Amino acid sequence: MLEGWFIVASSFAYIGLLFAIAWYADRRALAGRSVIANPWVYSLSLAVYATAWTFYGSVGRAATDGVGFLPIYIGPTLLLLVGWFVLRKMIRIARLTRTTSLADFVSSRYGNSALLGGLVTVIAVVGILPYISLQLKAVSTSFQVLLQYPQIVMPPPASSLQVMQDTAFYVALFMALFAIAFGTRQLDAAERHEGMVAAVAFESLVKLVAFIAVGVYITFFMYAGPGDIFSRAAGRPDLDVLLAPFGGAAGGYASWAWLTVLSMLAFVFLPRQFQVAVIEVTDERHLKRAAWAFPLYVLAINLFVLPIAFGGLLRFPEGGVDADTFVLTLPMAMHNEGLALFVFIGGLSAATGMVIVETIALSTMACNNLVMPVLLRIRIFRLTEQRDLSSLLLDIRRAAIVAIVMGGYFYYLLAGEAYALVSIGLISFAAVAQFAPAVIGGLYWKGGTARGALTGLTAGFVVWFYTLMLPAFAKSDWLAVELLERGPWGIELLKPTQLFGLAGLDATTHAMIWSMIFNVGAYVLVSMLGSQRAGEHAQATLFVDVFRQTGEPGSRWRGAASASALQALVGRFLGPARAAELFAAYARNRGVERIDDLEGDRDLVRFAELQLAGTIGAASARTMVATVAQEEPLEIEQVMTIIDEASQLLAYSHRLEEKQAELESATRDLQAANESLKELDRLKDDFISTVTHELRTPLTSIRAFSEILHDNPDLDGAERQRFLGLVIKESERLTRLINQVLDLAKLESGLAEWRSEELDLRDVVADAVSATSALFKAKGVVLETRLVPSPLVLGDRDRLMQVLLNLLSNAVKFCTPGSGKVIVRLAGDGGTVRVEVADNGVGISAEHQNVIFEKFRQVGDPMTEKPAGTGLGLAICRRIVGHLGGRMGVQSEVGRGSVFYFILPVAAPGERLAAHG
Amino acid sequence: MDKPITRAHRIASLFLLGLFLFNYPMLALFNVSHTVLGVPVMYAYLFAAWALVIALAAAIIEGRG
Repeated sequence: MLEGWFIVASSFAYIGLLFAIAWYADRRALAGRSVIANPWVYSLSLAVYATAWTFYGSVGRAATDGVGFLPIYIGPTLLLLVGWFVLRKMIRIARLTRTTSLADFVSSRYGNSALLGGLVTVIAVVGILPYISLQLKAVSTSFQVLLQYPQIVMPPPASSLQVMQDTAFYVALFMALFAIAFGTRQLDAAERHEGMVAAVAFESLVKLVAFIAVGVYITFFMYAGPGDIFSRAAGRPDLDVLLAPFGGAAGGYASWAWLTVLSMLAFVFLPRQFQVAVIEVTDERHLKRAAWAFPLYVLAINLFVLPIAFGGLLRFPEGGVDADTFVLTLPMAMHNEGLALFVFIGGLSAATGMVIVETIALSTMACNNLVMPVLLRIRIFRLTEQRDLSSLLLDIRRAAIVAIVMGGYFYYLLAGEAYALVSIGLISFAAVAQFAPAVIGGLYWKGGTARGALTGLTAGFVVWFYTLMLPAFAKSDWLAVELLERGPWGIELLKPTQLFGLAGLDATTHAMIWSMIFNVGAYVLVSMLGSQRAGEHAQATLFVDVFRQTGEPGSRWRGAASASALQALVGRFLGPARAAELFAAYARNRGVERIDDLEGDRDLVRFAELQLAGTIGAASARTMVATVAQEEPLEIEQVMTIIDEASQLLAYSHRLEEKQAELESATRDLQAANESLKELDRLKDDFISTVTHELRTPLTSIRAFSEILHDNPDLDGAERQRFLGLVIKESERLTRLINQVLDLAKLESGLAEWRSEELDLRDVVADAVSATSALFKAKGVVLETRLVPSPLVLGDRDRLMQVLLNLLSNAVKFCTPGSGKVIVRLAGDGGTVRVEVADNGVGISAEHQNVIFEKFRQVGDPMTEKPAGTGLGLAICRRIVGHLGGRMGVQSEVGRGSVFYFILPVAAPGERLAAHG
Repeated sequence: MDKPITRAHRIASLFLLGLFLFNYPMLALFNVSHTVLGVPVMYAYLFAAWALVIALAAAIIEGRG
């Protein structure tokens, strides 16, 4: 069953199945019934994270340091928990800006910097080569091992073979062909690949089932369950060490923590992860399900890693079998051919899934951010004048895929033999982690500049290359080993593996620490020292504040162009037929019959720009649209300058508008303040003249009676007594008036002292009633109270007493002696307590009801009736109630009595302290 | 009144819990070569803690309120 032809045939049958799935998914997508618009498929597509590294390499890692393979999977688990905050933001931005790749994303954030996009592409491509070589190595090794069945022999090192005899070379070739077939069949404006995602999700299922199958077989059929395996291992001192893998030093924990962080970053910044998680997602809400479904997937695929590793170490105690192949060699050793083949297919699944998505993502980046910007700038090619560029774009991408996979193959030849699978992969993880400062900084810090990102990325990349790539080459005898042992030019401090003397860490942790220090340091420092161009600032704001955006961002392009010119432009990149289709659909949406009738307004320009952005990246799209809208041959620098200036002007005018609005509102505020000051001044004058007038009335009486007494010493006793009584009464009125004026002045100036306590208003009412009962009796007025138990209020007891006394004495004043009746009611509901004093006196007409609470306003005609009070009582009452947070009012009808009431808020339990303070 | 504890708060707390569970000193506590039910302590701890975090995440995200 395990002859070479059969293995190859099975592999091709499996790949054929993948194509069928992709073809079906693409057809469903065209029909508008997407199979990938589903949170489960999204979670499975994220599992492209689990590659041959996971499938073969985890066991290898576990065989040397126990649970050390786990941080790589725990990191993404933790990251997805905060994914709703971070990833959703990236998805939202990618949608708004039609981002097609990580390079596009970074370039777009920093003002469509073409240089930055190119740098990101270079770092990504160079950084991923080891990772691709890992997949090639895993597939070719597993194929060769399987071919030797029933013997178990490790393949010879690749460097000892001719390229043409090397299995890995053919694996690379076929992988490149698959990727081309999957990703570059057609040019899609949105740069999304539904078929590819569906196939990858299916592959995730296959590799999971294959791994669990072999895990169950080894654990429960080869051995008698995990207990059996571990108890046998405990008998071997060399294996016992793996059970408590951290040893004594703290270095193990630091390395664990760094690996966790590293894998969190890699989970987002690996080009293929960015592709499936951010670009291919159909609905950002799928992130929620993925936050637990994806971790569950990786937990399941890791569950049997340790049992398999121990099972392998026990089965092949003499060594000679690479632990990276245990998954395959154990079923082979048990002569289970079917399972061995299934495992090989599972591993092939894991590797092809990774290579396909990774190379498609990288080739898009290479095409849009590296090759096209250069080609468009080189005049000799006259690309800006060519009719149809869509096939050129596809060819560039195909070439890029082949180049990347072959790059991975040559890396494998050069450095692949010296390392286990996991160590190779970690080199790539550390490379893509360099994107973190520029991207995460760019998402949350508006101050990050293009220069800062360029410097930080370059610094991080250089340190990464020096501390991880050079040692990898040196270990493969490609570079002199002296470099590692003595440092360059014999300078010990510059030893790549112990930079600046930092020793005692594993290579990945060491490289991460130094590259992150240089990367973050340079990014922050250069950003803070420099400044942003206007266009850059606009993008920074768009990215950081994306959740405050509504709708599409306005294009900064103000120009206009003819619809046919724009269509021709789009057609050059997407193909004339596709362009005609898109523009016809746009015209239909606009309710226009023919494309030529479309207005070449900025909406249309924006539309064309977005279509192009999906294909050639935002930066190039803008430049291309600019050529048409300007109707002149391409002068990139000029166009860029125009765009920059225009956006700068817009930014200035926007700021001017803001300033003007601020000034206008300030002027309005000042005018209003002035008005109210004038009004207050007038009120003060009125008040003084009224007070003087009111004071003069009692003074005049006192003076008149005193003069009578003075001038007529022979007045009889009774008459003299009556005049003296009047003098005393008028003096009392004068005193009361002065007291009340002072009281009111104190209240108004805010100088009055307030005590704040929780009060039961029933007590206050009862006290007020008993204090005035004599008055009521004297006038023959009945006083009744109807007090319902009600919540406590917060207030000043004396002041509330003053209010109640005032209301009660007013009530008795206006009642007819003998038949008068006054009722005091107290009731509370939910948040307020209401107190009312109702009388059956003369009542107050509607027009007077509005003014009685004002100062010196009394009911009754001042010419005919002698005032019965000072005219300040109610004004004071209203101020007191207002100060306590309540309000006061009156309901009345002439001849039927009046009801004065006030309403106070209930004391909230928590407010007590605040009121005291 | 206190702000209502939203789902986002819970998830963020779970993230912090995860950082705590999968780091020193928690790892050091389980770094011993004993076994529970035939499974090494460290291995059992990591997978149990991992499963716990996943279960809590599912409960928070899929649960109502």
